[in-house]
Amino acid sequence: MTTLRGKTAITGVGHTAWGKHPDRDRLSLMTEAAAAAIADAGLEKDQIDAVLVKMANSAPSILWGQKVAEALGLQPTIGLSLDQGGAACTGLATYAALAIEAGMIENALILYADTPRTGSRAAMHRPRGDDSVMGWYSVAAGYAMLHRAYQEAHAAPPEDFGIIAVQARAHGAANPHAHLRLPLSMEEYLSGPLLIEPMRRDDCCLVSDGGAAIVLGATARARNPARAVPVLGLGQAQESWEVHLRPDLLRTRAEASGQMAFDMAGIDRGDISFAQLYDCFTVTVLQTLEDYGLAPRGQAGAKARAEGIGLDGWLPLNTSGGLLSESGTPGLQLIIEAVRQLRGEAVLQLPAPRFGLVSNQGGTMHTHATMILGEPQ
Amino acid sequence: MTRPTPEITAINRPYWDGLAEGALRFQRCDGCGHAWLPPRSHCPACLGTQTRWEAASGGGRIVSWVVYHRAYAPHLQDRIPYNVAIVALDEGPRLLTNITDSATGEGFATGAPVALTIEEDDGLHLPRFRLRG
Ligand SMILES: [Zn+2]
Repeated sequence: MTTLRGKTAITGVGHTAWGKHPDRDRLSLMTEAAAAAIADAGLEKDQIDAVLVKMANSAPSILWGQKVAEALGLQPTIGLSLDQGGAACTGLATYAALAIEAGMIENALILYADTPRTGSRAAMHRPRGDDSVMGWYSVAAGYAMLHRAYQEAHAAPPEDFGIIAVQARAHGAANPHAHLRLPLSMEEYLSGPLLIEPMRRDDCCLVSDGGAAIVLGATARARNPARAVPVLGLGQAQESWEVHLRPDLLRTRAEASGQMAFDMAGIDRGDISFAQLYDCFTVTVLQTLEDYGLAPRGQAGAKARAEGIGLDGWLPLNTSGGLLSESGTPGLQLIIEAVRQLRGEAVLQLPAPRFGLVSNQGGTMHTHATMILGEPQ
Repeated sequence: MTRPTPEITAINRPYWDGLAEGALRFQRCDGCGHAWLPPRSHCPACLGTQTRWEAASGGGRIVSWVVYHRAYAPHLQDRIPYNVAIVALDEGPRLLTNITDSATGEGFATGAPVALTIEEDDGLHLPRFRLRG
């Protein structure tokens, strides 16, 4: 069997400032990020032959991938917009790796931008179909259902969730790129207002404007091999069903997605140097740690508190602040931070990391994608 | 903005008509016996189209619940705090609902038994549940 392990690498990364961009639109943010990523890869624009865009959450749009290619002045071999919720950016990297390995394309640009901070948050607050007659609104509510189910099943104290927010905010406070650079104490977390109980305000990620891009190409053809971060493992798996229709709220198919990525990478859980896990809400991180086999069921929060998730902890987690502190945008910033760590270019740099784990997920934990990255060769 | 109303279709009309008549109905497949909500034209288990409506016994259990402290639409401003719960019917189908005993979820627990109570809310009959001792 052939394997994608190490065949492709992330050769370039770029992003705009995170936060508020009242005078910019999505195409403008995406073009800035794309130009930075292409330059970082050492490529000319016309060497990009795939433009792969994650659909903007706040503005679903027909033929969005083509509009982006037009703004970039490109006529790519493959251009598309994908909707897998927050899993889409790693999903796009997966399909790009397959197309590169198949010889269809050479350099894929994967990008995202949105302006929910200064624009519309209607998508996040939306009525959820006919169930809205019961008061069922917002994206956050589904995660609050998962938070409650986890808390009840495992008798988890609020501090188990709080440690995820407190550590993310500590990392974000040290990151000059971060949208929110305000540290959070456990006391402040616990006394924060309830939003959708049992979730508190600081269980919820930021709402950020911004754009990000990465370039994926064949590892063997990287312009600068010392900065090309090889993609060792890729995985996906999806529940697909809405939270109330799923038979088990205490397990997700992040388990299968993670297993696929670890199998491809051929490494053990203990080999991971750090993880950048999709922290749209704190429960997502606890659940993902357990589904990935990195912590026993019901113990992720207790383990994080006892053994640490900072740079010197058991598992350095979301080292640039994640969605809770660096940027609320859906997923590319986690891949970018993993690339920086493995290049040795991160703000909060770990000493000689070897393997980095990234999760992307969407739709109330019903759509999962996993990426494992290695050291440049 | 007023409260939203369900979009009545040929497929879900028996569900909403049933509530107005005092019954919570779900669908069951003649081919494989699977039972489900929300209404669909095809059985999601075997994709068969021979399906029938059954009235639920009204018994169920709480799977999870949340309490909104924020109003996501203007008409919900007067309602907060309020709960939304996932209830699994004894027959298997699951639905999003409200538990009427306490707006803020006092006394709720996962697995707690509940019983159907259909309430008229602004002309719409809604399937809600109360805790069963
Ligand atoms: Zn069937």
